[in-house]
Amino acid sequence: MKALVELYMQQFKTTLASMFQYRASLLIWMIGQVLEPLVYLIVWSIVSNTSGGSVGDYTTREFAGYFIVLMLVNQFTYTWIMYEFEYRIREGILSFALLKPVNPIHSDIADNISSKLMTLPIMMLVAVGLAVAFQASISPVPWAIVLFIPVLLLAFVVRFLLEWTLALAAFWTTRVGAINQTYFVLMLFLSGQIAPLALLPSPVQILADILPFRWMIGFPVELLLGRLTIVEALTGLGAQVAWLLAGLVLLRIVWRSGIKIYSAVGA
Amino acid sequence: MNYLRLLVAFLRVSIIGEIAYRVNFIWQLFQSILSLIVSLGGLSVIFSYADTLGGWRPEEILALVGVYFLVGGMIRLIIQPGMEQLIESVRDGTLDFTLTKPEDAQVIISIGRVDIWRLIDIVLGLGVLAAALIGLGGKIGGWQAGMFILMLVAGAIIIYSFFLILATLSFWFVRVENILVVFHSMYEAGRWPVSLYPGWLRYALTFVVPVAFATTVPTEALTGRLAWETSLVAVVLAVVLLMLSRVFWKFGLRRYSGASA
Repeated sequence: MKALVELYMQQFKTTLASMFQYRASLLIWMIGQVLEPLVYLIVWSIVSNTSGGSVGDYTTREFAGYFIVLMLVNQFTYTWIMYEFEYRIREGILSFALLKPVNPIHSDIADNISSKLMTLPIMMLVAVGLAVAFQASISPVPWAIVLFIPVLLLAFVVRFLLEWTLALAAFWTTRVGAINQTYFVLMLFLSGQIAPLALLPSPVQILADILPFRWMIGFPVELLLGRLTIVEALTGLGAQVAWLLAGLVLLRIVWRSGIKIYSAVGA
Repeated sequence: MNYLRLLVAFLRVSIIGEIAYRVNFIWQLFQSILSLIVSLGGLSVIFSYADTLGGWRPEEILALVGVYFLVGGMIRLIIQPGMEQLIESVRDGTLDFTLTKPEDAQVIISIGRVDIWRLIDIVLGLGVLAAALIGLGGKIGGWQAGMFILMLVAGAIIIYSFFLILATLSFWFVRVENILVVFHSMYEAGRWPVSLYPGWLRYALTFVVPVAFATTVPTEALTGRLAWETSLVAVVLAVVLLMLSRVFWKFGLRRYSGASA
C-alpha cells in the first residue's frame, strides 16, 4: 500500500511536468469538450423557447444548467485511454510497462488525475461564464450535494475501469477505431449527452438504466440538479456499485487473457 | 488538363494501394453509418418536440446534414490528407523530392494523397441530400440548384485555402497538426445552421474557422434563404483566400531549407 502511494506521488510529479509541456494540446482537447455540450445546449434552448419556454419538465434555463453541469461531469470522468492503448500495443511500448512490478493501470490513473487537475480550473471558469451567459438555473438540494461527491467519484472510477478494459480490445484487433466509435455513439445517446434521458423514448430509457452509460454521466448530473428522489438516488448509487464490481471482474479477466496473447512487435 | 491527368493518376495509385485492404471498406462504411445515426437520431429526438428549429423545417435540416457529410467527406478525401502530408514532409525533409518535380509543388501537395474510403461519406451525404430533396418537393428551382453548386464550390475553395494556410505555418512551427484537430471539433458544430448560435460563436464559425461557408451557406442557397450579400461575400472570400494562400505558400516555401540540408 505504501509503495503504491509513493508510486502515485511520483507519477503525479512526472505527469504534471509533462502535461505542463503539452498545455497547448490540453487546450485543444478542451475546445471539443466545451463545444459539444454547448451546441446541444443552444439547440435545446431554441427548441424550448419555440415551444413556450419548456420541453418536458425542463425550462430553457434548466436546459442550460443541465448541459453546463454535464460538461463538468464529462470533463471530470473522461479518459483518452482507448486511443492510447492501441498505439502502445502496436508500437510495443507496452513491453516496458509490463517490466515494472505494478499493473500499468496505476500510472494511467495518476496520469488522468493530474491532467484533470490542470484543466479543471479552466473548465470551471468556462462553466461560470456559460452559466452567466445563458442564465442557467441550477437549484440543488443539500442532501443531493452531499451525495453528489461519492456519486461523481464512483462515476469516474466506473468509467475509467470500463474504458480501460475496452481499450484492451487492442490486444485482439487492430481495428479499435470502429469499436471506440460504437462505444461513443452508445454513450452519446444513453448517457444523456444528446438530451436529458427523460426526454428520450421510454425503450431508450430502459436500455439506459440497464447499461452503464447513464451511471457514468447522466445520473450525477440529474442528482446535482435535484431531479431525483432520495430513493432514485440510492438506487442509482447501487447501480454504480454493481457496475464497479462488474468492471473490476471484467478488467481482471480481460487483462489476464489479453496479456497471454500479447507478443510485442519487434520482440 | 495536365493537372486533371495527374489527379487521375494519383487516384489510381491510391485505389490500387487500398484495394488490397478491402475489409477497410466495410469498416469505414460501418463508422460512417454510425456517424450518420448520431445525426439522424439527434434530429429525430429534437423534432419530436418541435416542428421547426430556428425557422428551419426538418427536411431543410436534413439537407444540411447531407451537405455536412458531403463537404466533410471532400475534406477528408483529398484536402486533409494532402495537407497532413505537407506538414509531415516539411518536418522530415521529404518535401525536397516534391520540389524537384517539374509540376507546381502546391498542386502535387494538394492532390498527391487521397483517402479513397472517404468516398463513402460523400455517397452517404448525397443520399441524405436526395432524401431531403424529395421531402422538400418541387420547391427547388434551377436558380437555387445553380446557387447551391456555386456556394458549394466557394465553400470548398475557402476550406482548401484555410487548410493550406494552416499547413504552410509548418514552415515556422513544428506542431500544427493540433490546429487540424481544432478544425474538426469546430466542424462538428456545422451539423446545425450557424444562425442558431449566439453572435460570438457564429462569428467564430464564419471568420475564424470558416465552417459556415462549408455547410450552412450552401444549404441556405438550396433552401432559398440565402441573402445575395452572403453569396457575394462567399465568392469574394473564396477568390481572395485562394490568392492569399498561394502568396503565403510561396512565402513559406522561401523559408524552407530542407531538414537534412
